[in-house]
Amino acid sequence: MSAGNSRSLYQSDEFATRLQRRYAAERRFRMIGIAAIGMATLMLVVLLGSIISKGYTAFLQTEMRVEVTFDPTDVQERNYAAILRRGLYAQFPDATDRASRRALNDLLSSGAPFALEDMVRQDPSLVGTTRTVWVLADDTVDQFMKGAISRDTPESQRPLTDAKIAAIDALSASGALSTGFNTTLFTSGDSREPEQAGIWGAIAGSAMTLIVTMLLSVPIGVAAAIYLEEFAPKNRWTMLIEVNINNLAAVPSIIYGLLGLAVLLGFFGMPRSAPLVGGVVLALMTLPVIIITSRVALKSVPPSIREAALGIGASPLQSVTHHVLPLAMPGILTGTIIGMARALGETAPLLMIGMVAFIVDVPQGFTDSATVLPVQIFMWADSPERAFSERTSGAIMVLLGFLILMNGLAVFLRKKFERRW
Amino acid sequence: MFSKTLVLGAAAAVALSAGLAGTANAQSRDQIRVVGSSTVFPFTTAVAEAFGRGGKFKTPVVESTGTGGGMKLFCAGVGPAHPDLTNASRRIKKSEVEQCAANGVTQITELKVGFDGVVIANAKGGPAADFKLEHLWKALAKEVPVNGKMVANPYKKWSDVDPSLPNEEIELIGPPPTSGTRDSLNELVMEAGCHKVAEVKQIITDAKALSTACMSVREDGAYVEAGENDNLIVQKLTANPAAFGAFGYSFYDQNRDKLKTAKVNGVEVSPETVQAGKYPISRMLYVYAKNAHVGTIPGMREFLAEYTSERAMGDEGYLADKGLIPEPKAERDNVRSSVTNLTPLKM
Repeated sequence: MSAGNSRSLYQSDEFATRLQRRYAAERRFRMIGIAAIGMATLMLVVLLGSIISKGYTAFLQTEMRVEVTFDPTDVQERNYAAILRRGLYAQFPDATDRASRRALNDLLSSGAPFALEDMVRQDPSLVGTTRTVWVLADDTVDQFMKGAISRDTPESQRPLTDAKIAAIDALSASGALSTGFNTTLFTSGDSREPEQAGIWGAIAGSAMTLIVTMLLSVPIGVAAAIYLEEFAPKNRWTMLIEVNINNLAAVPSIIYGLLGLAVLLGFFGMPRSAPLVGGVVLALMTLPVIIITSRVALKSVPPSIREAALGIGASPLQSVTHHVLPLAMPGILTGTIIGMARALGETAPLLMIGMVAFIVDVPQGFTDSATVLPVQIFMWADSPERAFSERTSGAIMVLLGFLILMNGLAVFLRKKFERRW
Repeated sequence: MFSKTLVLGAAAAVALSAGLAGTANAQSRDQIRVVGSSTVFPFTTAVAEAFGRGGKFKTPVVESTGTGGGMKLFCAGVGPAHPDLTNASRRIKKSEVEQCAANGVTQITELKVGFDGVVIANAKGGPAADFKLEHLWKALAKEVPVNGKMVANPYKKWSDVDPSLPNEEIELIGPPPTSGTRDSLNELVMEAGCHKVAEVKQIITDAKALSTACMSVREDGAYVEAGENDNLIVQKLTANPAAFGAFGYSFYDQNRDKLKTAKVNGVEVSPETVQAGKYPISRMLYVYAKNAHVGTIPGMREFLAEYTSERAMGDEGYLADKGLIPEPKAERDNVRSSVTNLTPLKM
């Protein structure tokens, strides 16, 4: 360590200074390295910190307790709003005029009557009974309970009037307001009302799209890689194909969307906004990535394995399917999963084929209209309602969760099946 | 074992691609499809959701493609492969009607949704302002008349344009050229403001050159393009109280606690002033429906009825909650009757 002090007889002064300079250069390099890692970590922490601090409240949702009587005539007329209102007014005997009742109605989510309707549909014996139900509160109430709307701002500048805040205070004092886990976020499709909006439709759309992508791109990609790597003659044509595949991997993704619009929608007349079409487009986009990583994985299998297989009489196909491919599988899987993760985060090509759309119904099949998770995030980020900004961050957290899961799976599979020679 | 999975995988791929070809042509729709303007998008989606909640029909799918893109898709033809309605933040053009007719879309019903106001606003802590349209034009134009000549915009501060304006650097954060809001700014601020400055017309006599000169926005950093996302403009304004921003009324409505609006021509923006036509930067929003699809696509008539109902586009309807400025009652009744009768559009 103290190279400068303990110097032997055979070392010149120049040697000592050179040595010291080399040590200094190494220390400098390490410092720069640490600084670079530090910067990257800082950026990541800031990014994640801002998303999480903004988004964690999206997983909470305020609900309101109302005692409702399922009046048979109202049920018959599907007038569940009236049932709900009567229960709400009963808690405020003083509110008799139109304006204050209207203010009370605004505290409930416009989706609340439909929740009652669902309850009756599931259990018709409810009709005629009185029950205590918890229904969604309006997003402004939710934002107020979470502290996003301050009571100190002048009345004209906040979405809640003084009368509404007084009603909220009365409700929460009597325990009729509670903030719990936001299940709606994970069970429903999109909505223009923040409190009713969920990402389930987008997750289902993403899953279907990825299934199509995987079914198309993995077999075709792996087969292409095996042929190119193991069987194809090395000539000008295969060179040309190789260059083109590498090129395609770098093409901006929107180009694939344009291709999908022209060929799949235009020529084949497939439906717009369908996960089927989205999957095909994303498969085209991930194909080059899968082919390239699969070829690298196949190339890294030592030639001695192939030669040994051929030596004991295996056919070239047998040597590939019995020995080379299983050994290359961890690398191929890693490449595939990373390609899929990229496809999961993609929006640009889907814009062209109509998957950037407001879709409430959760897709049931591959030709139903659907959207995907990143598109949902994009659309919520563009919505004026304040409550959507926390949901945007919440949805980003879910997307990040999926990506971490996929990349973690890739690392796990590589570690599990990896062989070293 | 691996050869088997490979064969299976390949078979699956082939089956899938066969399935793809199978879906071709053999499609009919039981779901309404809407395309078009991103400005009308928040309103049409609200109607679509309420309509779907009715339970009789599937919730319509609403795409945000921009007005021009929507018109292209809408006018491409009749049949389930083409959208049923399109949103537009301006009136349909004559050329688009002709394009439509050439593709067999001859009968179109026009639905006037209501008004969209473009606000000029800044952060609560910023200075108050009362802009005249000509002030805004002078502050934002690429070239302005000085001593009988058009020169590159010399104004650095608002107070340079007019002493009544704040003594702050000119900085207006607004939408990019692809946005419908920018179209309104061009038409209602740049063009209208330009025509109020008499000198410009004296210097430039050629009509085409005049229009170009009027519409050109300066590129020296005084006008900041903020991308399509209006939430971003709101964030930038709160971070920089000296800057002004131009964006849709609904975003101001949701951020009243952070922002205050500037007066334009002495008028404060509000539903009343826009309705009365006093606030100058407002425009009509439209939805166009394909009459040929009424009867073939289920729910068309009902969807249009929902859109024009009082509980949607009325003074206290849910669209007003979303930031739409409704039309006066008499106008709404006109719209409702023309939509109910599917009165075809005449240019």
